[in-house]
Amino acid sequence: MSEKRTIDARGTFCPGPLMELIAGIKQAEIGDELEVLSTDEGSANDIPEWVNKVGHEVVGTSEAAGVWHVVVRKTK
Amino acid sequence: MSEKICVIVTSGSREKLQMAAMLASVGAVSGAEVLVFLSMNGLPPFVRSSAGAAENEGELGRLMAEKKAPPFLQLFEQAVELGDAKVHPCSMAMDVMGIGKDDLLGFLGEPLGLTKFLSEADGAQTWTF
Repeated sequence: MSEKRTIDARGTFCPGPLMELIAGIKQAEIGDELEVLSTDEGSANDIPEWVNKVGHEVVGTSEAAGVWHVVVRKTK
Repeated sequence: MSEKICVIVTSGSREKLQMAAMLASVGAVSGAEVLVFLSMNGLPPFVRSSAGAAENEGELGRLMAEKKAPPFLQLFEQAVELGDAKVHPCSMAMDVMGIGKDDLLGFLGEPLGLTKFLSEADGAQTWTF
C-alpha cells in the first residue's frame, strides 16, 4: 500500500530541500507520495522542474503562511 | 547517452565552492554523469585537517555561513551518494601539498592527472570555478 511522507526542509536553502526530497525518494516505494515543506521559494519552483525532468509526478504545489508544500509521487 | 558535466574547482572561496557543489549535486541527481576535478586552492577544503575551511569572498559567503545553506562539503558528498558523481583530487596539487589519499575526505575518488581529466572532459560540458 502506498504511503505519504512529509519531508520538513523548512529553514534551509536551495538545493537543500531538493536533495532531501531525492534522499526520501530513494527510500520510498513506487506510488508513495512525499510532501516537501520549504520556506525557500526558489526550491518550490525548482523541485517541480526536477520532478518533470526525471519523470516522477508533481501532485500539487501550494503555499500557506510562507511555507511551500510540494507533493511528489514516485512513479518509477 | 547520458549528459556529462565536468566541473573544475581551483578556488578556495566559499561562494565558488558552494556554486560548484550546487551544480555538481543537482546535475548528478538529474541524470547527468558528473566529474569534479579539485586543484589549486580548491583542494585544501577537502583535506581532513582543514575540511570545510573556506574564505568568504564577500557578502554572500558571509550570509550563507550565517544562514542554513547546505554546506558545500555536504552537497558534494550527496552528489556522490545520491547521483552519478565522482570527485577527484588533482595529483599535482597533492604532490605540491605533500599529502596522500588518506589525508583526503573519504568520498573523494582516485587522484587524477590532467591528461586523464582532459580525455574524460572530451565532449562534456565543462564548468570552472
